[in-house]
Amino acid sequence: MTMTQPDVLALWKELESRVAAGDRFAGLSAARAADHNLVTLSAYLAVKGEGEAGGDVDTLAVTLPPGATRYPALTPRVGAAFWYERVIHDQFGLVPEGHPRLAPLIRPGDPLPRHVEGYGMFTIPHGPVRSGVMESIEYLVETPGEAIPHLNMRVFYKHRGVRQRFTGMTMPDGVLLAERTEGIASVAHALAFCHAVERIAGCEPPPVAGLVRVLHAELERIANHLDVAMRLADAAGLAVATARLALHKERVMRLVSRMCGSRFGRGVVVPGGVSALPRLAPAELAAEIGQLASQVASEAAALMATSSFLDRLRGTGPLTPVRARTHGALGPIGKAAGFADDHRLARPYDGYRTLPVPPARAHTAGDAMARLRVRWEEVDSSFGLLRLAAAELTERAGDELRASCEPAGGRALGWAEAPQGEVLYDVSVAEGRIVRCYPRSASFHNLVLMHEVFAGDILTDFPFIEASFGLSVAGVAL
Amino acid sequence: MSIWVLRGLRDGVVTTRWPARPDPYADAWRGPARPLEQPARPLEQGERLTGITDLCPTGAITVTDGTVRVDQGRCILCGRCVAERPGVFAWSGGATGPAALTREQLVIPELPETDATIQAARAELANRTRALRRSVHVRHVDAGSDGSEEWEIQALLGPVYDLHRLGVFITASPRHADVLLVTGAGARGMTGPLRTTYDGMPDPKVVIATGTDAVSGGLLAGGESVTDGVGGTVPVDIWLAGSPPSPFGILNALLIAVGYLTPDGRKRR
Repeated sequence: MTMTQPDVLALWKELESRVAAGDRFAGLSAARAADHNLVTLSAYLAVKGEGEAGGDVDTLAVTLPPGATRYPALTPRVGAAFWYERVIHDQFGLVPEGHPRLAPLIRPGDPLPRHVEGYGMFTIPHGPVRSGVMESIEYLVETPGEAIPHLNMRVFYKHRGVRQRFTGMTMPDGVLLAERTEGIASVAHALAFCHAVERIAGCEPPPVAGLVRVLHAELERIANHLDVAMRLADAAGLAVATARLALHKERVMRLVSRMCGSRFGRGVVVPGGVSALPRLAPAELAAEIGQLASQVASEAAALMATSSFLDRLRGTGPLTPVRARTHGALGPIGKAAGFADDHRLARPYDGYRTLPVPPARAHTAGDAMARLRVRWEEVDSSFGLLRLAAAELTERAGDELRASCEPAGGRALGWAEAPQGEVLYDVSVAEGRIVRCYPRSASFHNLVLMHEVFAGDILTDFPFIEASFGLSVAGVAL
Repeated sequence: MSIWVLRGLRDGVVTTRWPARPDPYADAWRGPARPLEQPARPLEQGERLTGITDLCPTGAITVTDGTVRVDQGRCILCGRCVAERPGVFAWSGGATGPAALTREQLVIPELPETDATIQAARAELANRTRALRRSVHVRHVDAGSDGSEEWEIQALLGPVYDLHRLGVFITASPRHADVLLVTGAGARGMTGPLRTTYDGMPDPKVVIATGTDAVSGGLLAGGESVTDGVGGTVPVDIWLAGSPPSPFGILNALLIAVGYLTPDGRKRR
């Protein structure tokens, strides 16, 4: 559903009241029309479905007056727009009036002034080149020595201009770029992009394609969650646990590469369906999944019984349920704090329409421990979905793999549930080419919450909190 | 804690023996696309050229005087050329293939004039890395990757690839580093930090452009936020294609860097 409203303030008021009424704020983007100097702001609101009807994600759009350079900020009304409006300021030069801190986010800016003043306060700069094998981001940790009263993040270092690169691409090229927007969630990004394109074209991928998509999306989820668990074990200095979890992650990635040739499931999802069936025979696939499931479950049980490890997670980096709800925290971070809005359940797509996705268990602690518990539960349900999808795939082996999908023109939203949470793509197409593509990763929406979870935590908790978030900087700076 | 002692023994040795022994997973790996030396069937000149360069989303395919060339440093392994023109293109096999000492060497088939430059580059690198053989420290810098290259480098530290068995270690400080692994398309925000890291490393040092993005910018090439690879920021010694390269590919590049292997896969000591 797309609507255009004449007045920015009226739209913001509507947004504010709808968010208060239970809709989830899912993003804000801007677009400049190619032929004239008009800027349109689009806000995304995720709506829960009622009864049998699946939910939807609404786009609320407003076009600013010609030549406008300022508009009233949304952030004072909907706090989750904080980073979104900074990006719009960076990319379009528009000033959101009343924004609490309009510093550059994805463009380089001046060094940030220290947030907290006081006796003995100093800043530990950490990054962008960090110890270990990490993506580039700079953390400025303001500390009197041990506690962390404030954390600043500078994410611009690896801004790659992905959004701009989409413009002018054909649909098959667009999928390739979507896969490289956030490489560790390649499948989810390809899915969200293709869902948008398929909506524009009005095409429906065949059921067998939906099942193959589920297989790859769930394997990606397992690999990501194992990666997070591995980093947590590494932070706690559990050498054997780290090695074991790395081994299982490698096994998952090798299974993916045996299925499709890429360790990240790239090249599988295409507009209208999938490029090929898994190269493994269904029986072999089912056997591999069964073996992996029992190995991972056993390792998870051992890890969650290692008290020296759990002591580091319990109460570390807590996000309050209230903040999770008002921000619309996505994925495991939201679920761990009692806010679950899983697209696979609320707005199902592909194979999830027929496969039973178990609802998330209720957690309220919101700490690193709850986040890890959520991940293990998701891994468990992923293996369940994999088994069902693999079994159903056996019966449908001879079906058509892709429907014709050639969108002439239009605009639509697509979404998918990545391991990090919701991935959203706002795609506009004209004459078979992308006019505009706005990808919004869960990493971008969730990373800003890192500002708020250090209450009572100390420097040595930092790697646990960062790992427990499980985000990718590539998806933030885009 | 004792449960972990037993668990550590559970699967026996899972570490690959490569490069001392071949590894089936590495051998079965699908590398970047390459043009077939002998097309599967004789092609008409016109048919062969029509639209063939437009197939590639990154412009890796060129045709000069009827010779089809693939620049593997641009190939993002999407497989479109192999799928659409199986008579002209095929996958290259093996995880350890696409590492080269000069940027031009990634163009397949090789341009005639590159042979001498490769010999010179090889001699120069061997000379420089003579001191590095037995203990090597590696610093990684992400210059705008999509995040997948970091996973593959991280995998080298796991039990399956186990970098440490070869005397190679990841180090936090550039001051201790001999090899710089650079990933990513060369985000402009990282140009300064990358250069500072390189300058902070002691001589002799070796730079590996890790992945197609680092070699050429990949799909992001031509964008205003990237420098189309990292070659313009730091002097690259080893160009490693792949989107992302496999862990075996990165391992291979590291072993070439320290003079353990030569780029054609021969063991040097």
